[in-house]
Amino acid sequence: MTTDLDIERIFREEHGRVVASLIRRFGDIDIAEDAAAEALLAAVERWPADGVPPNPGGWLTTTAARKAIDKIRRESHRDAKYQQAAMIIDDTPHEPTGPVEDDRLRLIFTCCHPALAPEARVALTLRLLGGLTVPEIASAFLVSETTMGQRITRAKKKIAAARIPYRVPAAEDLPGRLSGVLAVLYLVFNEGYLATSGPAPVRVDLTAEAIRLCRVLRSLLPTEPEVAGLLALMLLTDARRTARFAGGVLVPLADQDRASWDPSEIEEGLALVRECLAVNRPGAYQLQAAVNAVHTSARTAADTDWSQIAVLYTQLQSMTPSPVVALNRAIAVAELDGPAVGLAEVDRLELATYHLWHATRAELLRRLDRPHDARSAYDAALALTDNEAERRYLTRRRDSL
Amino acid sequence: MTQYMLSVHTVAGEAEPTGEELQRLYAQVDAFNKKVTDAGIWVFGGGLEPIEATTTVDATGTEPIITDGPFAEAKEWIGGFWILEAPDLDAALKLAIEASAACEGRVEVRPFQPE
Repeated sequence: MTTDLDIERIFREEHGRVVASLIRRFGDIDIAEDAAAEALLAAVERWPADGVPPNPGGWLTTTAARKAIDKIRRESHRDAKYQQAAMIIDDTPHEPTGPVEDDRLRLIFTCCHPALAPEARVALTLRLLGGLTVPEIASAFLVSETTMGQRITRAKKKIAAARIPYRVPAAEDLPGRLSGVLAVLYLVFNEGYLATSGPAPVRVDLTAEAIRLCRVLRSLLPTEPEVAGLLALMLLTDARRTARFAGGVLVPLADQDRASWDPSEIEEGLALVRECLAVNRPGAYQLQAAVNAVHTSARTAADTDWSQIAVLYTQLQSMTPSPVVALNRAIAVAELDGPAVGLAEVDRLELATYHLWHATRAELLRRLDRPHDARSAYDAALALTDNEAERRYLTRRRDSL
Repeated sequence: MTQYMLSVHTVAGEAEPTGEELQRLYAQVDAFNKKVTDAGIWVFGGGLEPIEATTTVDATGTEPIITDGPFAEAKEWIGGFWILEAPDLDAALKLAIEASAACEGRVEVRPFQPE
């Protein structure tokens, strides 16, 4: 029995493929989106009675293409612009194409083009490739539907007016452009994994979507180690998702119930990290994935190989220097050489606006038996985060001093 | 092909290039101009006189009004521009990267409306 829920899931999974192929064929994002929506309506009408066709993506693409052609023919009487479009229409059947020819790859690079504002890249990617609706994206990023709708409309207008190409960048431009795409996917994941504000500490819809899109990207670019690295990083992080909260309170890594980590995500993530090691073209995402691999491989928190983690962060720091990476290195150093050495490293960093800098100081000060200083550090961390689960955890730690 | 305007932005208070620096800029820009002309994508371009030479004309009312200076008190203005033809934005951005390096200034890329 096909339910509306099944259809919605299939539609979301196929949305990127359907829209991407229609954009290439009709050269217009709006036409493609409208036609895809009409094809969904047709599916909702027909599939419950007829059953889901063997190739639902193909069915949706063919149906959407027919709808688009109908619409263009109707409007061509009124609008000469569409007459031209109608001339280029062909009736080529939907053929499954190889990864290199996959239109979704073109679409990802268009949606994540550096000439678009970063928040527009995220929104367009979720809308066109993820098949999320405008209200869904708006609520995920806590902005009004009107604002999100305008953001997407503006981005689509710029793509058309400035002629942002619908093309996979040339090999020499690929690394630079790919890093922009990965940044968008990681941003979506992080917003889901540790929501910056709002009642829900984790937004599974966003983490799941980021992982799904990263899988698509990996299937399209299987030899790019940073794509594998990002997917591994997401999987190894997501594996610990349910262990991260207990009764609405954040549980830090050391205190998590390791038995409740997702074994299949860990297995897949570790395999990807091994694959990256074999390729030996390290990058920022691969190194972060490797750090997470060390954590998830430890049977207990006490078994964690902190020297390995410190080495990985040193390597990451030389590749992409940032005070946040230095902070993570300092945490590993504190485990290896004691809290006083760790605190000295932490105090050298200019991160006074970052809540985890204060939270790290608080923990190290606690271990150094300086409860008064630790208390002020917890307070400073609390003043800088709106995530409720984190706030509860920090409050509890402060009050247990 | 789309026509793009690549405009060079001058910010108030920034030192004007002089002497050898100016000679170097001219040479770099000449080389870029020759390249785009040889490629057949040059439409038009040139450097503008300083902002002080601007006059604003407003004929939107019953009588035309002519005033000294730019339309708005701006902190930055166009120092010169190119109009070049490019198949898409990626190609235009590549040209803009070369243009920005040649004139040692920030370059804004804006497409023309289709005819």
